[in-house]
Amino acid sequence: MTKILTSTAEHEVAARDGLWVSATDAERAIGWTLKPEGMCRADVCVPMPAAAVGRNEVDLAAFWSKLGGPVVATDTHDVWALGGPASERNAALEGLEAPDFTLPDIDGVPRTLSALRGKKVFLATWASW
Amino acid sequence: MWQHLYDELKDKGFMVVAVAEESRGGEHARPWIEQAKSSYWQLIDVDHRLSDLYNLVNVPQAIWIDEQGRIARPPETAGSTDHFRRMDLKTRTMSPEDQAARLAARQAYLDAVRAWVNTGRHALAADAARAALPRVTPEIAEAHARFRLGVWLRTHGRAAEGDRQLAEASRLHPESWSMWRQAADLDEVGKASGPAFWQRVQALGDRLYYPPPKL
Repeated sequence: MTKILTSTAEHEVAARDGLWVSATDAERAIGWTLKPEGMCRADVCVPMPAAAVGRNEVDLAAFWSKLGGPVVATDTHDVWALGGPASERNAALEGLEAPDFTLPDIDGVPRTLSALRGKKVFLATWASW
Repeated sequence: MWQHLYDELKDKGFMVVAVAEESRGGEHARPWIEQAKSSYWQLIDVDHRLSDLYNLVNVPQAIWIDEQGRIARPPETAGSTDHFRRMDLKTRTMSPEDQAARLAARQAYLDAVRAWVNTGRHALAADAARAALPRVTPEIAEAHARFRLGVWLRTHGRAAEGDRQLAEASRLHPESWSMWRQAADLDEVGKASGPAFWQRVQALGDRLYYPPPKL
């Protein structure tokens, strides 16, 4: 099996020749659906070159690169990371709506930033190192 | 670290969210968190997801978010200064003048947070907030993907492969102290503030390690 790391999750998929995966695995890993018009999410469809689409399968690395997202992998191609596209990060920040996230507290309880709507939030980083 | 501020302002619709950029995991941060006895949120961010989403490069950095969930001030240094660069490395002490200046800068920053909560002062207008945002380049985006992969490999017993990814992340995003120092810490606890760190700090020359907030 091949491991795909996205910003928020990790998924096991059956991949061949790099990151060719079934439409089902693609949807499960990144939330985009293969349709005749291309790769689609909500009401957005990204047309795909014929070389990156097969019979019910898709070259996820090619698709992710087309979105402008970084695609990196180990030398043996068993673990891949699909990062957030720079344009997407910039658009989110320039919209000035604080990018939402869910992270665990020290006891493992998940906490979501947007649950604090209605308060002023001082969001600060630190580290032990 | 922020408990006094939180206690003072919590009844005025104020919340502190402290995020530990800590790839060794929550247990490694636990002693600090328990010592802080904080009643605000203390979250653990193994993958430095916050740094990815908000384009952060160091700790401590803070973002101010208003009641509507909008960024009122973009990422900036949260009360720290460059005075540490002049400290005597043998005794790990600063001159009394530097200590005083450092405390005064921290106090001024905390006062600014208080003023924001009490009166709305220091919140930036949309154009000014936008103009102050650091831009994410394709190199920075790739650095975050490599950092994520590197931490995963490290966590799964593949240290040599992980370190190669982490080194490449730092090469792509040399301004990120967090990436470099986290990788050093994963290699060996303490290395993030060891001789190689001080060499990097000295190599900054006239550039700042903690750019002051433009309040």
